[in-house]
Amino acid sequence: MKRKIFGVLRRIGFLILVVWTVVSLVTLLIELVPGDPATAVLGDQATPEQLAQFRARHGLDRPPFFFGLPIDENGHRHLRWYGLDNRYTDYWRAILHGDLGASFRTEQPVFDLIKSRYPYTIALALVSMAIAICIAIPLGVIAGKNRGTTTDNGLSVLALIGISLPSFVIGPMLVYIFSVKLRWLGGYGSENWTFIILPAFTLGAALSAILTRMVRSSVIEELGEPYVRTARAKGLSERTVVYKHVLKNGLIPVVTVLGLQLGVLLAGAIITEKIFGWPGLGLLLVEDGIAKRDYSVVQGCVLAISTTYILANTLTDLVYRWLDPRIRVS
Amino acid sequence: MNRLGIIGIVIVAVFVLVALLAPFIATHDVGATDLLLRYAPPSAAHWFGTDSTGRDIFSRVVFGARISLEVGIVVVAVSAFFGTIAGAIAGYYGGWVDRFLSGYIFNVFLAFPGLLLAIALVAFLGAGLNKLIFALCIIGWVGYARLIRAQVLKVREYDFVNAARALGAGDLRILTVHILPNAIQPLIVQASLGMAGAVLSEASLSFLGLGVPPPAPSWGVMIEEARDLSTLQAAPHALIFPGLAIALTVLAFNFIGDGLREYLDPRQRRR
Repeated sequence: MKRKIFGVLRRIGFLILVVWTVVSLVTLLIELVPGDPATAVLGDQATPEQLAQFRARHGLDRPPFFFGLPIDENGHRHLRWYGLDNRYTDYWRAILHGDLGASFRTEQPVFDLIKSRYPYTIALALVSMAIAICIAIPLGVIAGKNRGTTTDNGLSVLALIGISLPSFVIGPMLVYIFSVKLRWLGGYGSENWTFIILPAFTLGAALSAILTRMVRSSVIEELGEPYVRTARAKGLSERTVVYKHVLKNGLIPVVTVLGLQLGVLLAGAIITEKIFGWPGLGLLLVEDGIAKRDYSVVQGCVLAISTTYILANTLTDLVYRWLDPRIRVS
Repeated sequence: MNRLGIIGIVIVAVFVLVALLAPFIATHDVGATDLLLRYAPPSAAHWFGTDSTGRDIFSRVVFGARISLEVGIVVVAVSAFFGTIAGAIAGYYGGWVDRFLSGYIFNVFLAFPGLLLAIALVAFLGAGLNKLIFALCIIGWVGYARLIRAQVLKVREYDFVNAARALGAGDLRILTVHILPNAIQPLIVQASLGMAGAVLSEASLSFLGLGVPPPAPSWGVMIEEARDLSTLQAAPHALIFPGLAIALTVLAFNFIGDGLREYLDPRQRRR
């Protein structure tokens, strides 16, 4: 028991360390902008007063970190210590108060922008995960039960094709077929519930292919276990054996992969949301952030997506420990 | 190697040849527009048809192979190189070095989901081929590092390593002469899957406008230009051909990776 609590605490301590590093890296990303961020946002026509005002409003006139290497009048670089009065501590102080700064373009609080878009991305990720699971479990079971046959090989090739086809190729084609030609489903935007189906399928296609392969090898492994022989000897139908006994054990590794794949889905959502105009974090990042050089929006989106991913991973890890007692011991 | 692996090698060989001989294979100038010939369907003059400004899609796909393979090769080579060094150090020295490298540094890089870190880096650095390659290396090396670390952890316990140490070999010699050659096999599989990933990532970033700037015939850029509804209706081939090129290349590298994995691990061969 003591050990278990210690393990969970260690996991949480590590989580805090990683989140701190990730947030720090993201806050410092703006230093990578070639030249001056204020000029990049306002353009070359901006007057010096406008630039200075902009810098002051967004704290860009303050030193970026605890120390720096500013150039003095003679053109030499010197190490200078700024102390606690810097943009990095400003940023942390603000984040801990739930403030992610204001948009460089619209002055809206970035936190509110993210809050309004976040549910869309989560909904998209969850629906695509659901679609992927619904495709992968039956296909993986069929392939695993018929290992080595033409059906199995055909499904393996299909899965590899699913992994290789980029979403930005499948997506526009799906819009063209189902939305423009057949008019069955919504294509671009988010007017009603039908609009989530095409993006979710596009996003889930690669995941369903990966999961199919996982379920297949899990099923093959479990079918060789003695308990399967016992279940069959009891006279249970093959259906009950596979879906009640084999899948229950075989899905444990699949759960871990699902947690890790959530990150792939969140990152993939950036592209899928752009294809379908789905108003989630990805669209916010690409259209309002990157395209308009709104660096504070970019920082906010990157933070939101990566912290979600880290939290999901930690949660998966804990669920996995709980599901499989063997791991708790080691 | 299995049949799919061979098919993969053949497809990749064709793409490499096309990339090398692009100026001889392309039938038109990649940048030459012809507004009278917009959205032309595939024909004898334009094998893959023309796009929204009348450019020859076949020639653009041919030159696109250069960009894709160049990015893929550089990204895989650079990330595998640095990943191997980091992984070998972590695995060989163990202790606090390993705890710092694999416990902390690797995990920080893995904490960014998929392409997000690359997208963020290019968003701040600005678009361009070199910056794209840099960003893909930044997210790519960790995979190799983890793999090599696990391998080195295994190999360093073997007797021949102890024998070498007993004979007075230094750390560097033991690592490069005795451990790495025995640890590197799975790297080939990872590199081949990494090529698939790099080609896909280059296309994705270019599609988002973060890669090679538009007039260049990157496959991702071509798809971005062909995906609006009017182009899709008038000329679906403008999307299909570059899309097929990406899918085939990625599929071929995945086939090779899978085939190699099976080939190198005889236990998997008869499954």
